[in-house]
Amino acid sequence: MTMLSYDFMRHAFAAAGIVAVLSGFVGYFLVLRGQAFAGHALSHVGFAGATGAVLIGASPLVGMLAVTTIGGVLMGALGEKLAERDIAIGVILTMSLGLGLLFLHFFTAYATQATALLFGDVLGVSLATIYSLLALSLITLVILGTISRPLLFASISPELAEAKGVNLRAYSFIFLGLVGLTTAACAQIVGVLLVFALMVGPAATSQRLTTRVTPGLILAAGIALAEAWSGIALSYATDWPASFWIATLSGSIYLAASALK
Amino acid sequence: MMINLENVTIARGGNIVLRNISLAIRPGEFIGVLGPNGAGKTTLFRAILGLQPIGSGTISVFGAAPTSGSPAIGYMPQTRAGQSGQSLCGFDVLANAATGHHFGLPLISPAIKTEVTAALKAVDAESLAARPLAALSGGQRQRLLLAAALLGAPKLLLLDEPLISLDPAAQASIIALIHRLQQTHGLTVLFAAHDINPLLGVMDRVLYLSGGNAALGTVDDIITTQTLSKLYNADIEVLRAAGRIFVLSDRPDHHHACGHDHA
Repeated sequence: MTMLSYDFMRHAFAAAGIVAVLSGFVGYFLVLRGQAFAGHALSHVGFAGATGAVLIGASPLVGMLAVTTIGGVLMGALGEKLAERDIAIGVILTMSLGLGLLFLHFFTAYATQATALLFGDVLGVSLATIYSLLALSLITLVILGTISRPLLFASISPELAEAKGVNLRAYSFIFLGLVGLTTAACAQIVGVLLVFALMVGPAATSQRLTTRVTPGLILAAGIALAEAWSGIALSYATDWPASFWIATLSGSIYLAASALK
Repeated sequence: MMINLENVTIARGGNIVLRNISLAIRPGEFIGVLGPNGAGKTTLFRAILGLQPIGSGTISVFGAAPTSGSPAIGYMPQTRAGQSGQSLCGFDVLANAATGHHFGLPLISPAIKTEVTAALKAVDAESLAARPLAALSGGQRQRLLLAAALLGAPKLLLLDEPLISLDPAAQASIIALIHRLQQTHGLTVLFAAHDINPLLGVMDRVLYLSGGNAALGTVDDIITTQTLSKLYNADIEVLRAAGRIFVLSDRPDHHHACGHDHA
């Protein structure tokens, strides 16, 4: 038996592959804009959304999606007032995690559900979830692809972009909305606590390795894919959690790339 | 007229920044825009770019009301700390500046490559194009920003404090470069600065902003004890020595703001 003879392994590779590519592309802009912490906070907001959805009998993915997307758009709409302020973000992050804990408290039967939300459950992904992730990724990537040029302009030369008629605020909230969608997808694989592993690590590594934009985007997606798939294979070989391996690979490859420069 | 302001008043956040300003700038002029911090230099530029709403009066640029996104205006914003994208190379940043107002993927077409290469050549920055912004000096970064302002073949350049935090040698080289571009491309230039002295040989007229007021004229007309005292509504003394101009006030806090010689 090879590892790909199991359905759950094939599902894991498919789901992780979809999410990794999405996270690499979206994460590239997140890191470039210096909004990594805002992305991290969105995943915690998503935790409250997912546990709240479970509590009322809805799908955690739907709950998380709704809350992270709305949260992202709101954060973007508040602009620099919120999205770049560590303390405000930290407060929201903490309150969301607390709220999620309260929802779990009312739903005592599911400690495993909590672990899956917090740390991911890539080996437990159903075929239906894969289709949801695929649809979500395609929608997000089509929007990102359409706006990537003005988004880049608004990110690296905001005053100039504004003078050329680019609406900075609009791109800020559209982008954080996309980050919300990506966070929800990412949390299905590595959990809300470890979304940094796929969204920030590969993109930050890529920006250490190349100064070019298009190669940087492709590299970020490639690194994320390699780390996600290697993590699952290592998990199969060692029986340790896949999220541990993905987080460890993401962190150590970033550190290695930083040491290289 | 290239730029025409008639009785323009602009307020920001409840404060009047420019009060009842009228002035006219002719095509091909090199105007030094001087005045203390907060006097409205950036606000004036943003009004010309169509980004700053006007309280009253009229502004016309190229004979029409300003609209944001005009390709005929090249803008060089003030550099600030903490800017994103420092890991990217100058070439890609410029290529994005050339196309960033259109939707699409950040791919670089041959036409864009040609345009960016020409802009880099115009500011003698071809050798900087492959390096990340983080590895450039202040003067080198200003060259790239100037190249970005030249994209799209503008007729008017608005340069917001290009000399800030540059050493005297880098200041002189940026000014010489801008002056050369103005001559060869037939540009109208509005050049905001803190200190008048570096601009003395190149500017045609000076626009002095202070306390909501504006005075436009030749250096000999504007930078005088009488005119500046009126503009600042304070006792200002203008001294000339060794080919330089020193603007002095009684109050030490005014001293710096008036644009004395840092050298």
